[in-house]
Formats: sequence, C-alpha cells, structure tokens
Amino acid sequence: MTETTTAAAEIQSSPTAALAEPRARQLGVGADFLLRSVLPLVLAVGTGAIVLVAIGVDPIQYYKDIYSGGIQFGAWQDSVMRMAPLLLMAVGLIVVFRAGIWNLGMDGQFLFAGAIVSGTAPLLEHHLPNTLNLIVMFLLAGAVGAAWTIVPAVLKARYELNEIITTLMMTFIGINLAQVLVKGPFQDPTTTTPQTRTLDFRALLPSIPGTRIHVGIFVAAFAALLVWFLMSRTSFGLRLQVLGASVRAARHMGLDVPRLIIGSFLISGLFVGLAAAAEILGIWGYQRADYNPAFGLWVVPLVFLARLHPIGVVPYVFLLAAVSIGGDYAAQNANLTPRFTLLLVGLTLLYMALSEWLARRRELGGSYLPGVAARRRRAVARA
Amino acid sequence: MGRRKPPHQATRSTMATTLEPQQQTAAVELIGITKSFPGVLANDRISLAVRRGEVHCLLGENGAGKSTLMSILSGMVRPDEGAIRIDGREVEISSPRRALELGIAMVYQHTTLVPTLTVLENLMLGTGDGVRLNARRSRERLAELAGALGVDIDPGATTGALSLGQQQQIEIIKALWRGSRVLILDEPTSMLTPQGVEELAKVLVRLKAQGLAVVFITHKLHETIAMGDRVSVLRGGRLVGAIEPEELRAAGSEELHERIVNLMFRGDADEAEEVAELQEQVEGRRTRRSLPADPQLELDRVSVAPQPGEIGLHDVSLEIRPGEIFGIAGVDGNGQRELAEVIAGQRPLAAGEILFGGLSIGRLKVAQREKLGLRYVTDDRLGEGTVSALSVGLNLVLKQIGHPPFWQRGRIRHGEIEATGRRLIDEYEIKAGGPGTRIGTLSGGNTQKVVLARELSFDPKLAVYNKPTYGLDIKTTQAVRERIRLQAEEGVTSVVISTDLEELLDLCDRIAVLSRGRLTGVVENGPAAAGQVAELMVGRIAA
Repeated sequence: MTETTTAAAEIQSSPTAALAEPRARQLGVGADFLLRSVLPLVLAVGTGAIVLVAIGVDPIQYYKDIYSGGIQFGAWQDSVMRMAPLLLMAVGLIVVFRAGIWNLGMDGQFLFAGAIVSGTAPLLEHHLPNTLNLIVMFLLAGAVGAAWTIVPAVLKARYELNEIITTLMMTFIGINLAQVLVKGPFQDPTTTTPQTRTLDFRALLPSIPGTRIHVGIFVAAFAALLVWFLMSRTSFGLRLQVLGASVRAARHMGLDVPRLIIGSFLISGLFVGLAAAAEILGIWGYQRADYNPAFGLWVVPLVFLARLHPIGVVPYVFLLAAVSIGGDYAAQNANLTPRFTLLLVGLTLLYMALSEWLARRRELGGSYLPGVAARRRRAVARA
Repeated sequence: MGRRKPPHQATRSTMATTLEPQQQTAAVELIGITKSFPGVLANDRISLAVRRGEVHCLLGENGAGKSTLMSILSGMVRPDEGAIRIDGREVEISSPRRALELGIAMVYQHTTLVPTLTVLENLMLGTGDGVRLNARRSRERLAELAGALGVDIDPGATTGALSLGQQQQIEIIKALWRGSRVLILDEPTSMLTPQGVEELAKVLVRLKAQGLAVVFITHKLHETIAMGDRVSVLRGGRLVGAIEPEELRAAGSEELHERIVNLMFRGDADEAEEVAELQEQVEGRRTRRSLPADPQLELDRVSVAPQPGEIGLHDVSLEIRPGEIFGIAGVDGNGQRELAEVIAGQRPLAAGEILFGGLSIGRLKVAQREKLGLRYVTDDRLGEGTVSALSVGLNLVLKQIGHPPFWQRGRIRHGEIEATGRRLIDEYEIKAGGPGTRIGTLSGGNTQKVVLARELSFDPKLAVYNKPTYGLDIKTTQAVRERIRLQAEEGVTSVVISTDLEELLDLCDRIAVLSRGRLTGVVENGPAAAGQVAELMVGRIAA
C-alpha cells in the first residue's frame, strides 16, 4: 500500500486538493459509518437467519422472540439492567484500547472482583449501613479489578512483554481463583451448593422508583461520561492516544511510557471491577462457583463497532443487552442453547473484519484501530 | 485487403522486432496514460518510452504525477485511459504480481521489507521456487548482488533494526533478485552518501550493459545530468518536456541545468526566478562567524550500546559552541541515529557524559531535556515525529501536552491550540487547510515543516536535526535549510546530521565524520572541506 499513500500525498500537495477535500471526506464519513458500524450487524443477522433455517428454526419467529423477550412487556427493564455491567466493561476497554494496549483479561478481572464482593458484602452487611456498604463494595471491586491488571501492566511497561498473553493467562488464574474462593473461604455454610453467602435483597442496589432497574446503570452512565471527558478533554487522554498511535512517537514526545501503560491498565481494571460490583450487587447478591457470564467476549466487538467512543458505544451496548436478554427467551422457544446468541456476536466480529477490508479498499480512511476514527470525525465536524 | 498474413510470417516479424537494436523497441511504452483521483487529474495523457540499456530520468516537483505514473507501471493503480506496451505487445498490468511477471520491479522510497525478519528471510520471501526455501543458494545470490552493488550486508541482521539507508540497499537487491528487466528506482539516492551515489552510478552502468531498462525518479538535477541517458519532465500531471540521449550527451551541464529547471517551472516566471536564486544560495558557502568559546554541548567519551543490527557509539567526544552549526557526516547506519537519540535522551548512555551548558544531562529524561531547551528533529517524521491521526494543530503542541497555555489544570484549551496552529502554519508556510486538518493528509514536505515548527518555536537552545531534508523537493529543502540558518543566527546551537555532504558544506561551520560508530575527525568548513570529509568517510583518521 506504500504506493497508494505516496500517490495520495502527491494529490494532497497539489493546489486543487484543497477544493476537493471536504466533499470527498463528507461522502466518506457517511459511507464509512454504514460500512463499518452498521453493515457487520446486518450481515450477522442475515447469516444467523441462514443458520437458523438450516437447523430448522423459523428465523423470523426467532428474531421476533428476541424483540419480545428483550424489549416488549417490560423486558426492556432487564435489558437496561444488563447494560450496566456491559457498559462499565466497554468503557474500561476503551481506555486501554485507545492506548493501543490489548487488555483481554477482563473476564478474569470481572469474576475475581465479583467473588471478592460477593464474599465480603454479606459479611459487612450487618456492620455497615446499606449505602455505605454498597459504596465500599464498589470501591473494593474497582480496586480488585485494577490490582488484577498489575502483573501484566508491569511486565509490559518494564520488560515489553506481550500483554495479550499475560492478560489471558491472568484470566485463567482469576477465573479459577474466584472458584477456589467461592468454594473455600466464601462458601455459604448453610448450603451444599458451591456458592457464597447471599446478600439480603434489601441490601442490594436500590431500584429507580417505579421500575425494577437498579441504579447501577447510573454508575455506568457516569463512567461513560467521565471517560469521554478524560479521553477528549484532558492531557492524559491525548497522551494515551499518542501512545496508542505509536510507542516510538510517545517516547519521542517525552511521554513517560511505562507510567501511561500502567495507568491505562489500572483504569481499565477499575472499570471492569465496577462492572462486577454492578452485576453482583444489582442482580444476584451472591456468586456461584460456576458463574461466568463471559461479558468480555460480548463487549470487544461492540467497542470497535463504536470506534472506541465511550458515548457512541451506548446504543450498541443497549442492542447487545436486549439481544442477550431476548436471545435467552428466543432460544428457549426454539429449543436451542442460549449460547446461540454468541454465534451472532461471533458473526459480527467476522463481518467487522470483512468491512474493514472493504473500507480500506475504498480508502474511506478511519479504522477500528485506536485513535483514528474519533479524530477524523472531529475534523469533519469542524470543517 | 482481405487476405491475412500467414501465421508464420507474423511470428517472424515479431521476432525480428525484438532482435533489432535497442533504440528501436522500447522495453516499456506508455501511451496516453490518464488517471484522475477525486478532484485531481494526476496523469494527463502521458506518453513515454523506456528503452533497454538506458537510464530514463523522471523529473518533477512533488505532485507532478511521477508516483502515480509509476504506480500504474508497477500494477498498484489502474489507469483510466491509455495503453501500456511491453516489448511492443500491449499488456494489462492488473496487479503488482503481474508487473513482476512482466519483469517490472520497483524500489520504493519507503521500505516495504518485513521488519521482524532477517535480511535473508526478506529476500527469500516470495522468491517462490518451490515450497522449500534454499537458504544456501539465497545466501550466494545475496553475496553476488551485494558484491555487484558494492555494499556490505549482514544476511542474518533483523531488517527493522537496520538504518533506512541499509534497508533501501536491500530493496534494490530484492528488486534485482528475480532478474527483472525494468527497474524503477524512486529517489534511490536520497539516503546515500556521495560515495554511495557514485557506486550506484557504477551499478547503473553495469545494469545498462546487461540490457536493463532503468527508470530513475529524482529531484536532484546534477544526478540526472550525471547518470541519465534520457530525461522526461512532468509538471501538473502532464509531460512537459523530454531530452533525447544525443542532446543530453552533447549539451554542457550548465546548459542542461537551466533547461531542466525551465521545463520544471515553465509558465511560472516568478517561480523559476526563485528557484534560480535558491540554486545560487546552494552554491554560496557560508562565511565564517565568530562564536563564543564556551561549549554549549559537550560529549565526553560517549558510548551507546548497539541494538541488534546497529553499530552503536564508541567513545565519541565533541564540543559544540553556542550558535554553531555542527555537521555530522557519514554513510547512513554508522551511528547517526544513536548519536541523535542519546543527545535527545531517547536512549540510555552506556558510558561517558553529556554536558549541556555545563550541566550534566546524561541521566535526564526526554521531557526534562526538552524543558532545558534541547530539541530533536527526528529523521522518522512519519513514525516518530508526528501522529498521523491527529490534527496539525495538536501535532504542533505534542511536546507541550499538559503544559500551559495549551492545557490548564489538565484540561485542553482548543482555542489556544488553534491560534498557535494558525500562527505557525502561516509562519512556516505550511500548506494545510488549517489547524484542524489531519496531518496524515499532508505531503512529506509540509509534514516536515510541522515538525520543524514544533521543535523550533518554543524557545529552543539547541536543536539536533537528523536528515532534515531527506525526501523533500528542492523548494522545501531550501526552505528547511533557510530555517536552520535563521535559527543559528538567533543563537540556537545546531547539530545537523546528514548523509548529503552538499547539505553539510552548505550549512555548517564544522563537520565531523562518523564511521562505524566512532568519530574519525572534525573538519573546519572551507574550500578544502569536501575532500577532507570524503577521505574521513572512507575511514582514514585525520591527523
């Protein structure tokens, strides 16, 4: 591709380029959004339908069930509740991905923080007022999630070890350690089921008056706004973006690269920990040894579809929450495993790769990769 | 009419054409090539022929359409109109692979090598004789071609760790690897030393003798005159002139010089005048100035541990006076980047000491040195010097992140950044829509101006320039050199690292030579300097 870039550079330097540029760009952004952020979803739904037909399920009925199970008859309230952990996790991933770091250990961070919270919350329940207990639990979960990223963060910052491998390894340890904790010290002595003590339902996160929705969604919304501000308005956000674009550039600009790496890791771990707190304290009140919603897997395609934008990811998170809630219902009706919804998520990822390739071919610019998209949009908005 | 020629007769006639003297058949013929991109007509009905045994120079300013034309020839871009004939037969070059099959190889200005593989592995990539790679035969081929080019290359070195100059040498070898018949060189000399250019000239002579057709893209007029057999000049996407071999041989170099400049800037009298003026400036040598004696920058037996494939630095001692322009000459990959980076703080000292205004800075970090007034204009302006996804305005303040007036209590102030961006775009004559334009859309010359503006506008005391004009066209080159001179006059100490000896002779007060990571001597600039530096470059230590 070197060649197209040189050709492009030549075009730019010619006087007529100034005239041609804005028009070409605006066209690009519209097509870009359709191609990269909508097309993969459409194709995934289409392919999912073909698969459903092949296994003898009526796809129209299936998708209708997803809608009625995820949106209709108050089901939307469940979807909104599901949004809280997903959004918190998405926001945490956006921070590291923008810095060009692949924290893929979110499921380990989530379960480990969840185990700690569900283990300690019932113990503190009778010693602390409810609100204080909840706040302490959120802080604790955030701290545990962040702590679980320290090893990969330091290994990358100091020894340039590949964080994809270390975070995945830490996930295995985190998942198993969570099980050990739940079956061991946190085991509810009153039952033989491997699970923690149960928090009294009055000690769970309060609901928004008039709904079943717990206030975790507010925590998530606040987190999204905070990260948006952090990434777009502060020097820290720009530093992360420079790091995400090129480590060499970051070093050249005099940025403290190891500190940025560790900082972004800790922040992402913190939000993943908060996601666990929102789910445990909002819905369950306890954790079973075999509990693993694997939210991380769901969220990764979303944050890229939203081009790593903490506000832009919100509609995608809602869509996924509704599909995952409604998907359970639809799968039940169609006699399929609830995991079928994961197939749709996987297909979305696959088609994202395809649309990335298509968009590159059409030279629409932008990319799912850190840094590129948001700036581009802003530049167009200004022009 | 009506009766077809018998087939055998046709065959005979084609054979006859291929056997006729070189001048008769073009190896490649481009006929009426037109290509437009949104808003720009990059190539407008260009016709030219590249012949065997000839070096065909393609000249033109940035944006003249050279790259697009060569992209078409190498199969990267499809023309809107026009035809291409190879050995008289019309062909369609549908892909780079097809171009290779047709014997057309291109050496790009920017590297296309896989940085994580070794030199030998890179060369074996896609050589495709069978499934098994033959390392022994490849090693022999490398030795043979390296010998022919007169370059010294370690087959086991990791490519990404080599200097840009060495990488380009490997690119040329790679292009010759499969016995191509047409070789396109995109500014091949931009990273070579004078000796390297001479060697390349010798190689070109050998390649011509073997019947290769060479397309040589360059900005440098004297190279065209020295090495070219035929010249085509592009301007604004059109072929505006050509010089035939007979003419080229007959005319004197002064005359040719004038003629080519006229072709390149025709129709724009002011511009032509300006260029002529600039050319005069290149000829004029700097006059000696008196400088304060206390050194601004002192390197005391500085050593830097080499990274894989690098030479490192060994025992380099230097004293540079305030306001001096100090040149570092040498073949690329002899420790230039190590020197620049150790001064900037991007690399740890292995031994020795660096004093800046008498203050020891050897252990300070990049940002701390920056605060003291030390600036580094990197040679890797795309990968290191700028962040292509960010706007011009942000790129201009990337070294000020978090500092007032652009940030207040950690919060960005877009107004300040935009105002500064606008001012610097004006001051440095950067051709960009505005501070909000993405820097990745700028040409190389304008990107370099952004880098210079950033490094030189926030109260610099010392600036290290690493190959500041590499890959730029004449006008931008002159603008950059003018800027370096201006800064020096304002008292900024300058270290100019360049592989272009002409540039150093043009700019510097003194010139030191780096060879294999050691300083082999320091020469006062003057009439005899060129010869002395050249001798030091080939390894003789000055008395």
